[in-house]
Amino acid sequence: MSRRASMLFALVFAPAISLAFMSKAVAEEAQRWAVNMPKGATPVSNAIYDIHMIIFWICVVIGVGVFAVMFYSMFAHRKSKGAVAANFHENTTAEIVWTVIPALLLIVMAVPATTALLDVYDTTEAEMDIKITGYQWKWQYEYLGEDVAFVSELTTPEEEIYNTAPKSQYYLQEVSQALVLPAKTKVRFLITGKDVIHSWWVVDLGVKKDAIPGVVNEAWAYIEEPGIYRGECAELCGKGHAFMPIVVNVLEKEEYNAWLAKKKEEVAAERDLAKKTFTLDELMAQGEAAYNRSCAACHAGNGEGIPGVFPALKGSAMATTTGDYAAHLDIVVNGKAGTAMQAFGGQLSEVDIAAIITYERNAWGNSTGDLVQPLDVLKFKQGQ
Amino acid sequence: MAHGPAKGIGRWLFTTNHKDIGTLYLWFSFAMFLLGGTFAMVIRAELFQPGMQLIKPEFFNQMTTMHGLVMVFGAIMPAFVGLANWLIPMMIGAPDMALPRMNNLSFWILPFGFSLLASTLFMEGGGPNFGWTFYAPLSTTYAPSTVNYFIFGMHIIGASSIMGSINIIATVLNMRAPGMTLMKMPMFVWTWLITAFLLIAVMPVLAGAVTMMLMDINFGTSFFDAAGGGDPVLFQHVFWFFGHPEVYIIVLPAFGVISHIIPTFSRKPLFGYSSMVYATASIAFLSFIVWAHHMFLVGMPIGGELYFMYATMLIAVPTAAKVFNWISTMFRGSISYETPMLFAIAFVVLFTIGGFTGLMLAIAAADVQYHDSYFVVAHFHYVMVAGAVFSGTAAVYYWLPKWCGRMYNETMGKVQFWISFIGFNITFFPQHFLGLAGMPRRYADYALQFSDWNMISSIGAFIYGASQLLFIFNVIRTIRSGTPVSEPKTWEGAEGLEWTVATPAPYHTFATPPEVK
Ligand code: HEC
Ligand SMILES: [Cu+2]
Repeated sequence: MSRRASMLFALVFAPAISLAFMSKAVAEEAQRWAVNMPKGATPVSNAIYDIHMIIFWICVVIGVGVFAVMFYSMFAHRKSKGAVAANFHENTTAEIVWTVIPALLLIVMAVPATTALLDVYDTTEAEMDIKITGYQWKWQYEYLGEDVAFVSELTTPEEEIYNTAPKSQYYLQEVSQALVLPAKTKVRFLITGKDVIHSWWVVDLGVKKDAIPGVVNEAWAYIEEPGIYRGECAELCGKGHAFMPIVVNVLEKEEYNAWLAKKKEEVAAERDLAKKTFTLDELMAQGEAAYNRSCAACHAGNGEGIPGVFPALKGSAMATTTGDYAAHLDIVVNGKAGTAMQAFGGQLSEVDIAAIITYERNAWGNSTGDLVQPLDVLKFKQGQ
Repeated sequence: MAHGPAKGIGRWLFTTNHKDIGTLYLWFSFAMFLLGGTFAMVIRAELFQPGMQLIKPEFFNQMTTMHGLVMVFGAIMPAFVGLANWLIPMMIGAPDMALPRMNNLSFWILPFGFSLLASTLFMEGGGPNFGWTFYAPLSTTYAPSTVNYFIFGMHIIGASSIMGSINIIATVLNMRAPGMTLMKMPMFVWTWLITAFLLIAVMPVLAGAVTMMLMDINFGTSFFDAAGGGDPVLFQHVFWFFGHPEVYIIVLPAFGVISHIIPTFSRKPLFGYSSMVYATASIAFLSFIVWAHHMFLVGMPIGGELYFMYATMLIAVPTAAKVFNWISTMFRGSISYETPMLFAIAFVVLFTIGGFTGLMLAIAAADVQYHDSYFVVAHFHYVMVAGAVFSGTAAVYYWLPKWCGRMYNETMGKVQFWISFIGFNITFFPQHFLGLAGMPRRYADYALQFSDWNMISSIGAFIYGASQLLFIFNVIRTIRSGTPVSEPKTWEGAEGLEWTVATPAPYHTFATPPEVK
């Protein structure tokens, strides 16, 4: 949309917009007072934008016509001005006309609407596949065929959310690891959910698709410009619904390849780490961090959970019986079917799992003294 | 027949009088409106600024859920059943509803249904927190332990609606005064007759949905659990097969109300009576075959998407016919602007805007961006609040003098209108912008670029909320000490049998049927 057209849009949409133009015209300011859908960075987002504007203008034109007649009668045919009521009613011609004209307009709209939808649905000939899995309350990205996978969680600290620290620029839009994609590549997303329904939405990519347990949905993006694109979960998924953002980092192809190679090395290094033996202090420190990242959303930072919804781990029998951590290990690795307790075996490294379990068994007054090593986790996983 | 109302509380507990029951429904609905409004104020107060200031996200979700449930099932639907009780017998020249005892029952189970629902807010685990659309498995496997109260509450509320509808259908089909053929019935009666059929068709579907939830939660079935071979998307199909007609259940009686008020204050008959009846019937029919436009992103095959898109776009035709009809009725009338007329005109304007955004939402490709964003929130408040609340308010001002024989304060009514109208638009218009810019709905907290419009929206909400206090003040003041009026016809241009009986309407009207020519 040209600058002039967007001005026009704003003026038609709300007089209140004038406020926006009074304030500083810097880009950020414009984003703050945004009134329209962004055009976005992909062919699909552009196609959507175009169809959105077509329908919008058709509605504006009809609306202006209809309201003009209405306001004219309201003004010209006032009783206080001495208007005498006519007595006409039932006019078949008029009624046919105002049925046929909207019907024709709808057909006019249906044509571009259909082409745009075909575009959205065209996931053929993708050059690479990313599997996206929604969890309460984070996203997991798997680079299919590359043996690279990671979980991406909100990193905005509680203090910012609860207003004890100033909010950073990307408040609620920053994550532990962004989804990294190559530019100028047709990427297909395979989207699913593990617990409840989520919805993966990045407005600039023109992608929103529900992440439903038991269903794998498809979407696609071809991103021209490298850059950072931010999005969010769009389907109510529980208390962390507003706290599971999406960050997509698009790199030029060569940079992307370099990133991927490095990522693979990291994965290998992490595997080696699982064979190392850790001290209690090491595990407690790492465990606290990992617990706060992955478990505190439900079981609370102090281990007390939310009564009636998420159980307390503080003082729970499972986490306080010295020496007997099999059940504890099992529920963390495999989750518990039919409850919100998800399987972390595929999400966290062996080190993280060992650290978290050690932490849970020795924090908040739980004092088993148990030390769970990554190797124990590995053996447990392999043994099943 | 000649006796008046019983004395004391028994009058209200045991009454079978349609006017008493209408009054009960209206007060109940108003109480629920204030409760649901309070929840809305909590939501908007929390969203006034980014960050969590007043409540926790888990409570926020309970507030959005309860706000939706209470407004839809507690405020809007009972309000129109209340109007139907008061007005339908008087409009068709009947002495009462066809099934007066059932009428009593269908009202009196409602407070129990809502007590069950609201009591969960005070229990461990909290109230329902899965949205008023309660999608599984968030509402089943992952629901708080109080979900069974919600399910039973919905069952009771649904039973009440079904009984109410049976009563309305029986009354309209059997008790019309001699000479009142179907095509002579007032529009409000027509719209309610059609609504009642919609209710009977879809309320059992809602009951089915919550029963399947009950089974999944307590008896080990897996209707909606993918791990057990079920399908979460099935829930959405069942829910929206109820939910889409539900929005027309809410808005059709509103169309009826507006079709009375606009002719009255334009002093000119409704432009196209029969086309209005046909348009209502076509909207009702179409409402059954468009449900999946709420589900464009669940991954339907493209053929399904296209079908639901085209079918949804079709609804614009009869809806536009309605709007054109109202405007043609005003055209070359002799218009005056009493409070009911102001609300009715605002209804037409705001509902039309909501209709336009509805058309935009029907475009499946564009819905990729709109879906589950604040754009949708703006859209459905334009159709629901404007549709149901503005028309309901218009109806109360319009018929209140007939009900209680006293005139409301016109200046106060107009002031309330302008505050509501302005407050409403400040609240909901910016939500279009928020949605288009990328803010999802049901968010307890949001990124910084959404701060400004959210703050403006919250300010509007407080203004709109405050205007309702003026409304209740005006109504109570009218009932207690408004200027008495006694002519049968309060409004110069009013037509219909309800304006032929004495004012205030006696406890029993039309003990002998009038003759309709
Ligand atoms: C989405 C919410 C959620 C998250 C995140 C979560 N849990 Fe749970 N957790 C639950 C629920 C719900 C249960 C109860 C399951 C049941 O009904 O038995 C549970 C149960 C448990 C139990 C058993 C408690 C007992 O006494 O029976 C342990 C141990 C546990 N979780 C550990 C963890 C760890 C470790 C993490 C992080 C890696 C974690 N949970 C993350 C929801 C969650
Ligand atoms: Cu989510």
